[in-house]
Amino acid sequence: MTQLAGFEPAAIPAEDEALRPEVRAFLAHHLSGLSAEARARSWSGYDPAFSRALGARGWLGITLPREYGGGGRSPYARYVLVEEFLCAGAPVGSHWIADRQSGPLILKYGTEDQRRFHLPRICQGESFFCIGMSEPGSGSDLASIRTRARRNDEGWVLNGRKIWTTNAHHSHFMIALVRTSGEPTDRHVGLSQLIVDLSRPGVTVRPITDLTGDRHFCEVFFDDVQLGPEALIGAEGQGWAQVTAELAYERSGPERIYSSMVLFDEWLAWIRTPAGQSPGATRLAGRIASHLAPLRAMSIAVTARLAAGESPVVEAALVKDLGTTLEQQIPALIADDLASRDDPSQVPAELLATLAYVTRISPSFSLRGGTREILRGMIARGLGLR
Amino acid sequence: MDSMISDALATLLADRCGADVVRAIESGAPPTELWQAISEAGFADAMVSEAQGGAGLSAEAVAGCWMLAGRHAVPLPLSETMIARAMLSEQSITVPDTPIAFGIGHRTPAGTLRAVGISGGRTAGAVLVTAAGDTRLLNTDNGRSERCAFELDLTLEWPESAWTAAPRLAVSLDTRLAQALVLSLQIAGALDAVFRRSLAWANEREQFGKPIGKFQAIQHQLALMAEESFAATMAARIACLPAPDGASSATASPGLVGALAGIAPLRVATAKARTSEAALQVAQMAHAVHGAIGFTHEFDLQILTRRLHAWRQTAGSESAWHDQIGRALLSPETTSLDVLRITTDVVAG
Repeated sequence: MTQLAGFEPAAIPAEDEALRPEVRAFLAHHLSGLSAEARARSWSGYDPAFSRALGARGWLGITLPREYGGGGRSPYARYVLVEEFLCAGAPVGSHWIADRQSGPLILKYGTEDQRRFHLPRICQGESFFCIGMSEPGSGSDLASIRTRARRNDEGWVLNGRKIWTTNAHHSHFMIALVRTSGEPTDRHVGLSQLIVDLSRPGVTVRPITDLTGDRHFCEVFFDDVQLGPEALIGAEGQGWAQVTAELAYERSGPERIYSSMVLFDEWLAWIRTPAGQSPGATRLAGRIASHLAPLRAMSIAVTARLAAGESPVVEAALVKDLGTTLEQQIPALIADDLASRDDPSQVPAELLATLAYVTRISPSFSLRGGTREILRGMIARGLGLR
Repeated sequence: MDSMISDALATLLADRCGADVVRAIESGAPPTELWQAISEAGFADAMVSEAQGGAGLSAEAVAGCWMLAGRHAVPLPLSETMIARAMLSEQSITVPDTPIAFGIGHRTPAGTLRAVGISGGRTAGAVLVTAAGDTRLLNTDNGRSERCAFELDLTLEWPESAWTAAPRLAVSLDTRLAQALVLSLQIAGALDAVFRRSLAWANEREQFGKPIGKFQAIQHQLALMAEESFAATMAARIACLPAPDGASSATASPGLVGALAGIAPLRVATAKARTSEAALQVAQMAHAVHGAIGFTHEFDLQILTRRLHAWRQTAGSESAWHDQIGRALLSPETTSLDVLRITTDVVAG
């Protein structure tokens, strides 16, 4: 049990709670024309103008130090912002990865030059990032990656291929996990992280259409891509440890419990009407909320650990597995409610369209950021079983 | 949670409330010795005000004790007794020197007052019964009793004369809501105990030449048990914390008073619903991990899993409380996030 410390209820400080009214007013203004089906995309929704508007408000990189253009606030401030963005269904996809993990990673491991170059641009919503981890032959078995960077006089030469890279086609930079020494059989040894400028010659990005018809993830090819020496982030050979720390940011956030919230609220709005109300729906609404509530408290408890400078990797995995399971159940349970009605023609078309989208995208909830099976293995390791 | 009092209670229970004691009392032995040990050490008066000779602790401070009552399968209604003694002494009603259970009373056509399935009723000397908004303290020995499915529970039926003569609380207690609160904590304590036992068993039991905990299927079962246990425990602990402004008015319930003032009904509903769902899941998975040995009377796992089922079915199962939470969500002025916030926010301080 040594690696699983558990979850202590934590309070969001009053100064961070105070952000809510302003954020709500901003979102009410900016999202008024968007359908629920569009809002359901949320952190898959791409809208660079919206990202720049958030940047202008000081709401991107809010946890980064002021000297780099950030807000100098705690992870709780980001929690409040992100919770409001996700529940409202704001199109936050363009800056999402930069704000969530690339910025904090560059702050933690970057050189002073790297910080001064990248962080202000992230905070303004001018520089978008993607994460290069998976490869055609390396999904859950991430340590088997083959993309390789070799040193030369000008820096690094990159060759290989990444896949399932979210937003690569819209991003300026990729933080890629690559092999810088040894062979794939060396596993975790010899891996490093590089910041890859995606505008360099030799980089080819091909979007992949997903089953909803959207194009948000990509295949990325590197053919003798010449990068400068400043592309290396952190220490050479420390890529695995850096990626592991980064995943605590990636796995514990509100996006692992709120992916179906726009649908939930849209359905709630209907079951409040005379046509939509039913005892079964009321009970189901309560059931969903009774699962969401402790998950929110656990997610805030993990945020408190991050705020204390810790890296609660196992707890984050636990919240993600539990949260994504619920996110997937929400469309399934709502579909059962709606399709069991005596008169299905009463169900609003926009609610059905939102349900159809969330149903189709929901398999990704437990794939992106580490599969359910990998997370349960991590929890088992945290329990001392491995 | 106040760890000083829960550490002291843990020591006492480890010494005085082992599986042998639990088995003996379940089989009909009187709980007198265990009750005296608990009572003399002051735990029953933990929530009684300091002016009245108690420790004056809040629900938040004694939450750890309620979890211990679950973890150790304490065979008398200790958690309910702590609340009852605080309320009785606050209202200057003589406190009996026995465990006190909680009952929900219904009038029968014959004019008697019937309380079905009183949790811990068999080892209680008195019952705080609420019927139609009126709470009275009744003795167990002047009611007609019927056995229940769970060994320690009891159904009691009192004549009208006993009800009329019983001391009445000036401010009534929603005994169902109060019991839902303490049972949530007891379930959380039992869930953790069941989970830890299962983890230890998976490391100990060998098949195919290695501990079964080395097999991925078992590892994933234990990961799921951990998830259920942690989520349920979080819901139960949050219910004991003082709620932010607005949380108390989110349901139709009049709420809780006295030593439980400030506890929000919506949080109790969430706690009982979530722990009840987890109780079923974890009990099933624990038996799956243990195999046939866990199914024996001799092995201690069943002491806890029988309680998980019994407590899930007492003071409202998950669906009863889902209905309550659902009604709060139907209020047109709120968003689901706002309901979640008043259900989970911890007041900074």
